[in-house]
Amino acid sequence: MLHIKPLRFCMVLLALAATACGPQYDENADFTLKGDISIDGSSTVYPITEAVAEEYRYVAPNVRTTIGVSGSGGGFKKFSRGEIDISNASRSIKENEAAAAHENGLDFIELSVAYDGLTIVVNPENTWAKDITVAELKKLWEPAAQNKITRWSQVRPEWPDRPIRLYGAGVESGTYDYFTEAIVGKSHASRGDYTASEDDNVLVQGVAGDINALGFFGYAYYEENKDKLKAIPVDDEDDSNGAGPIFPTLQTIKDGTYAPLSRALFLYVNSEAVKKPQVVRFMDFYFENAAQLSQEVGFIPLPEEKYKEEYQKFRQFAAKHTGKAVSTDKTDTAKTANQ
Amino acid sequence: MTNSELNRFKDKAFQWFGIFCTMIGLVVLAIFLINILIDGLGRIDWDFLNNLPSRRAHRAGIYTAWIGTIWILVLSSLIAFPLGIAAGIYLEEYGKRNRMASFLEVNISNLAGVPSIIYGLLGLEIFGRVFGLGGSLLTGALTLGLLILPIIIVTTREAIKAVPRSIRDASFALGASKWQTIWFQVLPASFGGILTGVILALSRAVGEAAPLIVIGALAYVPFAPKSPMDEFTVLPIQIFNWISRPQEAFATNVAAAIIILLLITFMLNGIAVYLRNKWQKKVKW
Repeated sequence: MLHIKPLRFCMVLLALAATACGPQYDENADFTLKGDISIDGSSTVYPITEAVAEEYRYVAPNVRTTIGVSGSGGGFKKFSRGEIDISNASRSIKENEAAAAHENGLDFIELSVAYDGLTIVVNPENTWAKDITVAELKKLWEPAAQNKITRWSQVRPEWPDRPIRLYGAGVESGTYDYFTEAIVGKSHASRGDYTASEDDNVLVQGVAGDINALGFFGYAYYEENKDKLKAIPVDDEDDSNGAGPIFPTLQTIKDGTYAPLSRALFLYVNSEAVKKPQVVRFMDFYFENAAQLSQEVGFIPLPEEKYKEEYQKFRQFAAKHTGKAVSTDKTDTAKTANQ
Repeated sequence: MTNSELNRFKDKAFQWFGIFCTMIGLVVLAIFLINILIDGLGRIDWDFLNNLPSRRAHRAGIYTAWIGTIWILVLSSLIAFPLGIAAGIYLEEYGKRNRMASFLEVNISNLAGVPSIIYGLLGLEIFGRVFGLGGSLLTGALTLGLLILPIIIVTTREAIKAVPRSIRDASFALGASKWQTIWFQVLPASFGGILTGVILALSRAVGEAAPLIVIGALAYVPFAPKSPMDEFTVLPIQIFNWISRPQEAFATNVAAAIIILLLITFMLNGIAVYLRNKWQKKVKW
């Protein structure tokens, strides 16, 4: 007769539980990859890179990936000193930042990883604003508007004679740089008398509680707060990329018809970083999964063609600086294995 | 109404006004605590304390953040505690009453009022770049150590000042040297007060995010630091990072993380209060 001692039985159970709870590595996990990957930069891009790094743990368990959030500018500063491998950026590198990198003997490459659509939002009780043109937005946000354009009727005569209150990204963010560039025509130039916050949730609260409000922020914040906000379609008065006012949606942001407020989010990788195998594998992994993961955290993936293009760009850059041509076969098989 | 009645009425009115003022602070604190507890209490479980950061709010945890916070607190108190007390003793017991002393005094008080982000910039340049410590725990601890140093110095001085003159005189009369008097009489007698200062200082340090972000503390760290040279994150940074996420579920995580942060602060305060009471019982004059 089989006697199972309770104690031993419990131990077996515990052992089973322990294996079940332990980290579950990918079947293709590569335990030979070691070392650090240091990433810093934009807090807008952070959620995507965090998601990729999280999944990368299962593929390369011995690699230590760290991500900071010192902003696009802070990230580039460290990037051009060679202190970090990869820089998250919600805007392109500026000339002086690029010059600093070259001075330190670093070459680098810009890679798009996802889109974001800056969404123009008003309060749901706002019945008059049904669309807005880029010219009107410019009139409203340009530096000359300060203390002058303060009522809805000044933007468009049909709109009521009510005060207009503006909410937007803080001047230190890449979002602000992009918005001013796209709307005002000059980066970092806008009126100063608006409610500025680096935290988009604050802007959401502001617009949701003020019937006279108009604000802008990333698409994800609108998507999560649809019940409290009303997005208004934007007309760039250029019929070559979609006629009339266009709503920000997955589709219009992706195909670029939501112009000019659909913007790309970037990763920057430098020539020293691509000499580290763990970084190269990380970038491979990034492009394999960016489409799915960026959507999961609230951004809009690039079209598949574009991902392939960006990935090729990265591969060529890596090959140039490591001195060996790297075949792309490995990732292709990994891709099919994932499906 | 006679004059005395009027005065009594004024007295009562002032008393009620005082109670009202006290209650404002307490009510705000209570509303805040209840709000946080309702939002976050249900989210705290073993997994939350043990999980690594994640894009999925329900799977994300604060393991590396709370370990980083404890590291930073222990290291920065190890740095600031001896320095602050020694400086306090010097200024109070040995420092001459001259212009140099008042110059030092004014500057230390000024330091206590410098915005914390300035300390971050200083730490980044001196500890991070010149000393080459990078964004490590040690850089963070040195920076926060500097940040809390003025508070410790000032309270040490106050505590030493409160020791009665007669104790010193008695000690000197028995032939003790200045150092012996300080070590065996003044310090034990004032240690309760000094610890109060340390409590205040640590409670300030535990909530700091800005200077640590400046020195390069990270938001995503999937491993617990094992040495003072490791990179790290702390609870306030994790909270700051989560609160700016679009998904509502992260707000629940924020509430839960705030509860843990409060618990850590209360625990530290509890330890310090316990030590202080124990110490005060020992002092028998």
